[in-house]
Amino acid sequence: MQQYFEVRWHGRGGQGAKTAALLFGEAAMETGKYIQAFPEYGPERTGAPVKAYNRLSDGPIRIHTQVTDPDVVVVLDASLLESINVTEGLKKGGAILVNTQEKAEVIKKKLGVTDAKVAVVDATKIAVEILKRNVPNTVMLGAMVKVTGALEWDSALASIEAKLSEKFRGRKEIIEGNVKAIKKAYDEVEVA
Amino acid sequence: MKTVAKTGNEAMAYAMKQINPDVVAAYPITPATEVVQIFSNYVADGEVDTEFVAVESEHSALSACVGASIAGGRVMTSTSSQGLALMHEILYIAAGNRLPIVIALVNRSLSAPINIHCDHSDTMGSREAGWMHLYCANSQEAYDSLIIALKTAEATAVPAIVSTDAFILSHAMERLEVLEDSDVQNFIGEYRPRFSALDLENPKTYGPLDLQDYFFEHKRAQIDDFSKVLDAYDKAAKDYAELSGRYYPALEEYKTEDADVAIFAAGSTADTAKEVVDDLRDQGRKVGLVRMRMWRPLPVEQIKKALTKFKAVAVMDRSDTMADFGGPVFLETRGMLYDSEEKPLITDYVYGLGGRNIKLTDIARVYDDIEQVAKAGKIEKLITYLGVRGEE
Amino acid sequence: MSMKFDKLMTWKELPAGCLIDEPSTSLRFKTGDWRSMRPVWDSEKCIHCLFCWISCPDSAIKVENEKITGIDYNYCKGCGICASICPPKASAIEMIREEK
Repeated sequence: MQQYFEVRWHGRGGQGAKTAALLFGEAAMETGKYIQAFPEYGPERTGAPVKAYNRLSDGPIRIHTQVTDPDVVVVLDASLLESINVTEGLKKGGAILVNTQEKAEVIKKKLGVTDAKVAVVDATKIAVEILKRNVPNTVMLGAMVKVTGALEWDSALASIEAKLSEKFRGRKEIIEGNVKAIKKAYDEVEVA
Repeated sequence: MKTVAKTGNEAMAYAMKQINPDVVAAYPITPATEVVQIFSNYVADGEVDTEFVAVESEHSALSACVGASIAGGRVMTSTSSQGLALMHEILYIAAGNRLPIVIALVNRSLSAPINIHCDHSDTMGSREAGWMHLYCANSQEAYDSLIIALKTAEATAVPAIVSTDAFILSHAMERLEVLEDSDVQNFIGEYRPRFSALDLENPKTYGPLDLQDYFFEHKRAQIDDFSKVLDAYDKAAKDYAELSGRYYPALEEYKTEDADVAIFAAGSTADTAKEVVDDLRDQGRKVGLVRMRMWRPLPVEQIKKALTKFKAVAVMDRSDTMADFGGPVFLETRGMLYDSEEKPLITDYVYGLGGRNIKLTDIARVYDDIEQVAKAGKIEKLITYLGVRGEE
Repeated sequence: MSMKFDKLMTWKELPAGCLIDEPSTSLRFKTGDWRSMRPVWDSEKCIHCLFCWISCPDSAIKVENEKITGIDYNYCKGCGICASICPPKASAIEMIREEK
């Protein structure tokens, strides 16, 4: 069977889980991968828990089902840890990345994870500091690339920058700010 | 040719951009809204020459398309579910008048209960309207199929619906290859309508009253024209394969050569099932897949040839006929095989209604079942509702 | 393909689509024999107001140089609108029975 690298993103409506999945997917494609990036749609409401997914492979992807056993889980908002079982289906040897102020060890204990990597980064702090807004999604991409090692850092960063340039045409401070924040998250992520 | 990342909706909108139709009249509906929203951006940015007509309902959308098509234009629109249902009466009018309009459609369940996710009840409910129907398995195919369908429609004067599965494909970003604009334009060529209301030198009467003395003859002629769609489609699909390297037969067979049993399915589920086939083949099991891509017109001979070589076949229906006799694909497939001397035992699995997730294990279970049917030489359970609570 | 009116066509002879592919085919359908009452026009009484011409649903009032010249009995169905619209002071059109 073909090998897939699967990601599940947890966020709250408005935090950009879907955008993060799309950006991650496009960045992966730039490195030659076949990709899928898709949200799980329900009634969209700001603040409600939402999920988005990625599926990556070296060959064409034929599966069109929800991701049930992700290699990586990304949590954009630590408050979700109280209400959602974010580790559901997480593969042995996989990784979970959480946007939190806590230390990785604390989160690892809290989640009761024993057979997967737990990584943390305070993406909210980075976002508020650099982007002046609580938009942790793109910031988390930096940590994500580092923790998973699924993508080559330079080309992933270049692709994300290109996509952001497309999205925020001419708004240089936003594009540069995002790139700076992504790099900072890459540097600051802590693994347990 | 270039590699891009696009959702099913983006892929269809991009194909529409490259087709550059004369008129697009549309009304938004989830999950197809993006198709026309993105397309209207192309219009606003001057990337197409299309006259975009914003209307107040899907009934008006297709009515405007009919008018534009009678005027001799190349015409497209997009809709889903309730929108297609509201277009229903105009579907027949477009087809009866031989107007090769193409709809980029997203398959979504029909209310009630209200839902925005995938099943095939919308297009299956319109399958007798005289439109060609193509069900796509991924974003690449959605892009390619719109172009092939437009060419086939205009060659036969039969309108076409190309559909993707709601959210599963419409909102899932995938990697695909797109052609250059000029390649698409060369492939579809200039549209030369059989008639045009703007042809003032040759005035005609369009849509006159047609009673007991002629209605039947007109319908018979329409049915005959419809029978030419398969050949025209195959030619267009082969020409497109030369251009793109991607060939889409009306009916696709996957690892069926030596298979004892097969699943007969459509849409994204059929793509997913290929993965299951590979997995089971690794275990030494002789399983295959037949993918129904075109369901109108029915590729009857191809279906007979494909299915009669198996001992057992499981049809997977993403809608029900409310006949207490399974789904439409099941019913029609059984009908097609009635006269065959050698025919498989056929069971039906109605699944995925309202977007219920279909897992690899669900599909593997269907293969388990039909291997059992083949082994026993008889059917224990004719119709199964797969993945619904309350059923075994 | 041109339309035939002398006999019913088969489905193979019809032009594609439910259209009539030539104009003015109604000229070939003479509806004059649908009449049970016939309008008779009196040229002496007529004031050429053209009310009957504009009102006739079958364009059966014949006009030349803005003057009425008669009634086209090939198409007149005998509805009587012309007689009823004709100004009472003129009363130039009278309806009589077709029955001999």
